[in-house]
Amino acid sequence: MTADSAPIVSLRDVRRDYALGAERVHALQGVSLDVERCDYVAIVGPSGCGKSTLLNLIGVIDQPTSGTVTIAGRRVDAMSDREATSFRLHNIGFVFQRFYLMPILSALENVALPMAEAKVARDERNSRAAELLAYVGLSSRERHRPSELSGGEQQRVAIARALANHPALLLADEPTGELDARTGTEIISLFERLNSDGTTIVVVTHDEDLANAARHNVHMRDGRIVVP
Amino acid sequence: MRAALAQASLIRHRARTMLAVLGVAVATAMLLDMVMLATGMRESFRELLLSQGFDIRLAPKGTLPFDTDATISGVGAIMSVLRTNPDIREISPVLGGSIHIQGGARDVSSAVLGVDPTVQGDYEFLSGRDITTPDAIVANDYLLNKLGARFGDTLTVAAGYDPQTRTYSGQRKLVLTGRARFIYGATEQSAAAVRRETLEALGGGARRDRASLFMVRVRKGANPDSVRSWIFTQIPTVSVISVATAIAEVDQRLSYFRQLAFILGAVSLFVGFLLVTTLVTVSVNERAGEIAVMRAIGVSRTHVVQQIVIEGVAISLVGAIIGLGLGLITARYLNSILSAFPGLPMAIDFFLFQPRAAWSAVGLLVASGILAGVYPAWRAASLPIAESLRREAIA
Repeated sequence: MTADSAPIVSLRDVRRDYALGAERVHALQGVSLDVERCDYVAIVGPSGCGKSTLLNLIGVIDQPTSGTVTIAGRRVDAMSDREATSFRLHNIGFVFQRFYLMPILSALENVALPMAEAKVARDERNSRAAELLAYVGLSSRERHRPSELSGGEQQRVAIARALANHPALLLADEPTGELDARTGTEIISLFERLNSDGTTIVVVTHDEDLANAARHNVHMRDGRIVVP
Repeated sequence: MRAALAQASLIRHRARTMLAVLGVAVATAMLLDMVMLATGMRESFRELLLSQGFDIRLAPKGTLPFDTDATISGVGAIMSVLRTNPDIREISPVLGGSIHIQGGARDVSSAVLGVDPTVQGDYEFLSGRDITTPDAIVANDYLLNKLGARFGDTLTVAAGYDPQTRTYSGQRKLVLTGRARFIYGATEQSAAAVRRETLEALGGGARRDRASLFMVRVRKGANPDSVRSWIFTQIPTVSVISVATAIAEVDQRLSYFRQLAFILGAVSLFVGFLLVTTLVTVSVNERAGEIAVMRAIGVSRTHVVQQIVIEGVAISLVGAIIGLGLGLITARYLNSILSAFPGLPMAIDFFLFQPRAAWSAVGLLVASGILAGVYPAWRAASLPIAESLRREAIA
C-alpha cells in the first residue's frame, strides 16, 4: 500500500475512558475506522455516543486510553504536546459548532491567524486569506469583525480559517448546529464544493441534511461503531 | 500577531484595562515614593554636606551638627596645627551666635555667623556686596523682609538684649551690603553673616579667639578619613567628623525609617502584583474557550503564554510609566510639607528623585507583571483542549 493509497485516517481498537468524579466513563470502546483520501464522512448517532470524542482523537486534540490513531501516515496517539500542536497546524483544519472566531480580529485576520503561526510571510498570508474568503463568498466582508457578521458568515470565515494551511483533513463538529435551515444549506453546499475540490472531510452531526450530503455515514452508539 | 492579539484583547475590555492600569500606577507611585523616601534624606544630607566642598568638620564635643552656644577656644592655635598637614587645603572657622537688629522698620532677632568670606561654606552670596569690610552684614531674604531694610542701610546690631531692663549690650553700627542664601538654614529662619572678627568684637572678650565649628577642605586625592584621624590625634578635645562618618551616623539614625519605607514599598509592589495576577486570571478564565480553540488550530502553548504575558506586561508598563509621573507629583507635594518642618535646613529633601530609583520601581513592576502573567497563562495554555472545548460548549 503506498502512502497516497493508504487511508488518511486509520483508528485501530481505540478506547477512551474519562474519570467523571469517582465514576469511569467509557466514551469509546474499541473503535476501528478508516477514512480514505478525498472522502467525505459524516459521523452520526445520539448525543453522548462518543462522536465528538472520536473527532477529537482524529483531530489530535485528545489522546486515546488505548489503541492506535494514524493520520496522514503518522501515528498521533502518543505525540508530545509540541508535536501534536505542529501536526494540527499543518495537517488539520477544525470547524466548530460555535465558530469560535477571535472576536478582536477581522475576518481576514482570523483566516490569517494559523498562517501567522506557521510563519507564512505577511503578504502571502493576507493574499491567501483574501483568496479563501473569496472562495467562501465573503470577499466584501474581509475587514468585518465577527460581531458584524451573521452566523452563516461567521461559519464560512471559520471554514476559510480551517483551510488556511492546506490541511490534509477538515474536521467539523456540528457545523450547522447554530445555523438556521437556509444558512445550514449554504454551509452544506460549501462542504460539498470543498470535497469535490479534493478536501477530505469528517463531520460530526445530528443534521440529517448534512449527513445525507456526505459520501459515507458512520453510525455510533454507546461508544461503538454500529451497523444501522 | 501575538502583540496585536494582546493589544486587541486589552482594548476589548477597555474599562477593566484602564482600572488595572490606574491600580498599577498608584502602586508604582507608592513604590517610587517609598524608594525615594528611603534614600532621599540620606542622599540629600550627603549632597548638602558636600555642596561646598568641605570634607571634615570640627566641633565642640557632642554638639554636631551645630550649636551656637558651645564654642572651641584657641582658634589661632588650632589653625596653626591644621596648617601643618599638607593634605589640608582650606580651613574655615565659623563662629555662631544671635544678634538683635534695630534700624529697619522694626527690631528683629536673628541667627548670625561670623566667617571669613574668602573661604566660607555656609552661605551662597546672591546680590549686593559680600562682607568685605568689618562693618558689613549680609542677610537672607527672610530677615530682609522682616527688617524691611535695603542695601546701604545702617543697622544697629547688638550681641545681647536684656528683656527686663530692655537694654542692648555690645551694640555696633553695621551696613547692610548684600543678600545671601544660608545653606544650612531653615526655610523660615532669619540668618545673617558678618566677618568673624566683627562677631568676636560684638561679643566682647568672651567670644574672642573662639569658633563654633571648623570646616576643613582636603587636597584633591587625599583621603578625608585619614585626615580626620590625624586631626583627632592632634586635637583630641574636639569632635572630628568626615562626610562619610556623618552619613554613617545618619544611616544609623534613619535605619528604622528606611526599613519602614522599604516595607511599605514591598507592600505596594505586592499589591501591584496581585492586581495584575487577578486581572490576567479573570481575563484568561473568560477566554478559556478562545484559548482552547487557538490551541486546536495549532497555536503553540508558548505563543498563547506569550500573548497573555504581553497583556500583563503592557498593563504593568503603562501603569508604571503613569505611576512615575504620579509618584513624582505626590513626592514633590509631600516634600514641600515635610521640608517646612521647623528647624530643618531648607536644602534637605525627604524625597530625592534618583533615576536609578525610578528605573528600579519601573523594572520591579514590569518584572512582577511578567511573573503575574506567566502562571495563569501557562495554566490556561496547559488545560486539555478537548475538555476546555466541551466545557465551553456546555457553558
